[in-house]
Amino acid sequence: MRRLRVADMLAVLAAIVTVFPIYWMVLAALKPAGEIQSAHQRPWTLQPSLDSFRRVLTVDDFGRYFLNSVLVALVVVVVSGLVAFLAAVALTRFRFRFRSTVLVLFLVAQMVPIEALTIPLFFLVRDVGAAVPAVGLNTLGSLMLVHTAFTLPFAIWMLRGFVAAIPDELEEAAQLDGANRFTILWRILFPLVAPGLAATSVFSFITAWNDFLFARTFIISATDRQTLPMALLVFFKPDENDWGAIMAASTLMTVPVLVFFLLVRRRLVSGLGGAVKD
Amino acid sequence: MAVGVDLVFRQAQVSGGQPTRFVGADNYTRLFDDPQFWSVLVATVLFAAACVLATLAVGAGLAVLLTRASRWPRLALSLAAMAAWAVPAISGSTVWMFLFDTDLGLVNQVLGLDGYNWTYDRYTAFALVGAVVVWHSFPFVMVTLYAGIEAIPKSTLEAAAIDGASTWRTFWRIMVPILRPLLAIVVIQSIIWDFKVFTQIYVMTAGGGIAGQNLTLNVWAYQQAFAASEYGLGSAIGVVMMLILLVVTLLYLRTLKRSGEPL
Repeated sequence: MRRLRVADMLAVLAAIVTVFPIYWMVLAALKPAGEIQSAHQRPWTLQPSLDSFRRVLTVDDFGRYFLNSVLVALVVVVVSGLVAFLAAVALTRFRFRFRSTVLVLFLVAQMVPIEALTIPLFFLVRDVGAAVPAVGLNTLGSLMLVHTAFTLPFAIWMLRGFVAAIPDELEEAAQLDGANRFTILWRILFPLVAPGLAATSVFSFITAWNDFLFARTFIISATDRQTLPMALLVFFKPDENDWGAIMAASTLMTVPVLVFFLLVRRRLVSGLGGAVKD
Repeated sequence: MAVGVDLVFRQAQVSGGQPTRFVGADNYTRLFDDPQFWSVLVATVLFAAACVLATLAVGAGLAVLLTRASRWPRLALSLAAMAAWAVPAISGSTVWMFLFDTDLGLVNQVLGLDGYNWTYDRYTAFALVGAVVVWHSFPFVMVTLYAGIEAIPKSTLEAAAIDGASTWRTFWRIMVPILRPLLAIVVIQSIIWDFKVFTQIYVMTAGGGIAGQNLTLNVWAYQQAFAASEYGLGSAIGVVMMLILLVVTLLYLRTLKRSGEPL
């Protein structure tokens, strides 16, 4: 019993330490300007004000940037989830030559630093755009395509474990009952892998949502296709010390991801553990 | 990726009309002749190794702690961890900067270190950035390993407890072997991510610190490509990073294979 209580106290302590920077972020966003500049920071505020949020939210077209970001993130989550699911099934259920080579290549694809790839990708997007305007420069399509490509390798690696954990007998039984490949894929494998999809979707969502490097590189002139991080970046100038606006912008960027996390939370925990075989 | 490799061998011209030309291994010889490359490489490897070890230690420790805690503390810790996970890298970096700000930061005010700048010294700057990296990345390790431990049959763990095994021994002798496939993913991903840390360093040390003392390969590649317009050199650094990661990962996969875990 004593031992359990020590564990509880340590867990609560770890939770407080972990969540403290986030508390500080939201608090600083709500503090009036005078308190933020104070040489005696207090861990509470008696006069919460929405001034900082107001300054951030009056960025022109805030709503449009927000919608653009959500749209890109959701498309990336759905497309990379579907493609990764099919790829994971192919890689675990079929034996073919160079199977492990393909697997290692998916790891290699993650090793390339994306910062070094922005310039080459700029040229690629420009040239592809000449043939397929929907994914050219200044389009949200280009962002969706590039983020899907970058989230796929990790998603495939994660999902592979989930598909491998499903016993073969299940599919064999379905096959004997006359189910075709398509039915097996969507009616049997897909629901069983769903928790894994929740886990990978979190990563895809964060990658697509956080990006400002590609948004800044590909969206050069069409301001109505900007994404939210790009718009909020103007506040991230720490040397100007407008900490209130920086913290408000940070809070606004964090909230949608948190909402997404809470939506998939239950499935996430069972999902990530599902990668253990047997 | 092929485009990146392709660009290394050419002198890229973005605005000028001059066509790109093949320069062979020029970008690589220039890179390897540059003494800064070697010092940045050493700093990157040490920094990434420290981050990976700290992330794995914190994540695994807290995962075991979660299995021991009762319901509410467990919920509190998992929610806190997921919140830290959800915070975008750029937001997290700025919040920690604010906490450690020279004059307005809570840490300096509580510790009475008035006017102390954490990013002036090379090592405190790296330590601060490392702390933020660990804060951002331990939740993935913790949640994954916790879920994995929960999936281990209760009877196995009970048998160990009856035989009088300590938590430490149970962890190394029972959990680690069973969770090997999961640990493989966690270790490889941590190595890949921490070797490529960009946002935290770029934001917190203002692009690599004073005189580039906090540069890592990734930030340096970006500086070369964008600030110095050396696209070829930037791509060359990217390719070198990829090769290092590839060698490390293949070595790790080989040790896994030798201990009986096929890919």
